[in-house]
Amino acid sequence: MSGEEFVPLSLTPLLIGTCAAIACALPGNFLVLRKQALIGDAISHVVLPGIVVAFLLTGAISTWPMMLGAAGAAVLAVVLIEAIRRLGQIEPGAAMGVVFTTMFAAGVLLLEQTDTSTVHLDVEHALYGNLESLIWLDATGWSSLLDAQALAGLPPELPRIALTLVGVTLFTWLFWRPLKISTFDEGFARTIGIRTGFLGMALVITAAIAAVAAFDAVGSIIVIAMFICPPAAARMLTNRLEAQIGWSVVIAITSAVTGYVLAGYGPLWLGAADAVSAAGMIATMSGLILALAAMFGPCRTRVGVQTSA
Amino acid sequence: MLWDALTLQLGYNATLVAIGATLLGVSAGVTGTFLFLRKRALVSDAISHATLPGVCIAFMVLVALGGDGRNLPGLLVGSAISAWVGLLCMNWLTRRTRLAEDAAIGAVLSVFFGFGIVLLTVIQTMGVGRQAGLEGFLLGSTAGMLWADAVIIALGGALTLALVLIIRRPMTLVAFDPEYAAARGLPVHRIDLAMMGLVMAVTVVGLKIVGLILIVALLIIPAVTARFWSDRSERVVLLAGLAGGLAGYIGAAISASAPNLPTGPIIVLVSFAFFLASLFFAPMRGVLAAVLRHLRFQRRVHIRQGLLALAQGQKIYEPLTLRLLRRAGLVRADGVATDTGKARAAKALRDEKRWEIVRADQAHEATAALYDGLRDIETVLTRDQIDEIDRQIGGPQGIPA
Repeated sequence: MSGEEFVPLSLTPLLIGTCAAIACALPGNFLVLRKQALIGDAISHVVLPGIVVAFLLTGAISTWPMMLGAAGAAVLAVVLIEAIRRLGQIEPGAAMGVVFTTMFAAGVLLLEQTDTSTVHLDVEHALYGNLESLIWLDATGWSSLLDAQALAGLPPELPRIALTLVGVTLFTWLFWRPLKISTFDEGFARTIGIRTGFLGMALVITAAIAAVAAFDAVGSIIVIAMFICPPAAARMLTNRLEAQIGWSVVIAITSAVTGYVLAGYGPLWLGAADAVSAAGMIATMSGLILALAAMFGPCRTRVGVQTSA
Repeated sequence: MLWDALTLQLGYNATLVAIGATLLGVSAGVTGTFLFLRKRALVSDAISHATLPGVCIAFMVLVALGGDGRNLPGLLVGSAISAWVGLLCMNWLTRRTRLAEDAAIGAVLSVFFGFGIVLLTVIQTMGVGRQAGLEGFLLGSTAGMLWADAVIIALGGALTLALVLIIRRPMTLVAFDPEYAAARGLPVHRIDLAMMGLVMAVTVVGLKIVGLILIVALLIIPAVTARFWSDRSERVVLLAGLAGGLAGYIGAAISASAPNLPTGPIIVLVSFAFFLASLFFAPMRGVLAAVLRHLRFQRRVHIRQGLLALAQGQKIYEPLTLRLLRRAGLVRADGVATDTGKARAAKALRDEKRWEIVRADQAHEATAALYDGLRDIETVLTRDQIDEIDRQIGGPQGIPA
């Protein structure tokens, strides 16, 4: 494949997919260890009503109001889940199920009620995004990477998701020690003065930001898959958190790249004419990697549990 | 218009949908209750998302065999198979690896759903046409519901209910105390799988009406709603069935009464309205009941403390205490006790002294444990026991006889 074809058509989707995958996998490590993995699931469902409400208020498909709406909906959902859990004394899983299905239903209803036929806003798009369409039209080849004029034509999703990735990385790096301690031993973390409630909330909000930014580019299905599959697979490979995070990043990148390539070129190799959904393929690849890790990973069993049990 | 819909006057399709949605609501509510009591509500999320690849593969197989790709029984069989595979994957991940259940749920739902979407795009590019109905399985589409579809939903729902009826006792036992169930010799793991199988059946049956994303709501919300109203598991199951059925019926009616009201989301929102009403107004576990209980308790504490203060001749500064005492006619506006107030205060102080004796006496250990500063001593001790205590306290002391 030559640069003239690769750079405009495949480079940006590939980069965006990879950045989104890493940005979700980083907080996902802590969420999986804290048994809050399904927060990502809940957030990615409630993003839809947030976006629809933002669209209704502004009347246009513009990025920032929609990101704000989505983030607002995510925060609202987290607050509602907590409120219902405490007020009704319901277990967290059920409270989550009540909240995110209801908000998703409200989103679908709003979408049906408003006339969105003129704009590109529908449930399918929200679910699996359109990674393939994020092409870089101004590029002519590898040389465009140094051409300021061509760089200005980059799809805006790329800088946005890159910025999010930087933010998420910074958060993980800055709060590394408190995050690590409070994830493994919340009681100890509190005794040495870490504000665990605050930190837990910050983690969820970081995850929500990553989810919303990734959602904007690649749809919600990748978000859920990337929150869970790379960290879960990495968890089977090592017992050290540092190594786990390293592995999860490697797995996220591998899934994004192989998924995108298989979706874009796999059908052509098989003789079919059209590409398949890249988002779905990336999720599938991460699942395959997880399956491999679960079958052969050196640390796949619980400590102290016999495999024959 | 809504009334017409509720009385099934809106034509053939609306009636079919209303009946189907009601049956689905009942079976989802009943089945979901066991899942909720087992604290595995979100497993339904994984199961429902895992149906998508099955639907797509069934469609492709049907088309390859030269049939109509939208044949509902065929698609339902496909979805059941892939949901079952997803379920087994999830079970395997939880039991054989170190992953917690939530991570296993998330992994299965995202990967199966992602794979389903890949297949969906494959179907779109197959160019065989008539695949438009497949997206309907994401959110449900009741517009083109046929008599045969309704019969399938009714049969599936009835079958699920019958199975629940048969294995409800072991499922309840496993939900409340799996260790005890295992000790009794019940195959806990297999009962769990059976429960999931029932959930899967409901999910598959509900695909047509509410779609695979929103069926989760029908499995979880009625059960959570019913839990507010009773502490007995049989009643919770019945109430959940009722709540689910009503939500299905009313939701279908509302959606038939105006354009652009998709059935699935409306049913979910009606169901959520029931949930909200229960959350606030349920008699024992509701928020309103809890607030009232708290206020009553607060009132008793304040009156009791106020009376003790009066009896000891201390001035009361706490505004709430003063207000409550005044309203009960125990003090005058200037804070001086009325005659009733003096009598009640004297009794409160005497009771406190009696409790003191009781709590110091080993023989009354069990009674002393009931002391909370509010309980009337007459409710826990007999007349002659109290007389005995009064003898220990004795009359006024330091006064020459």
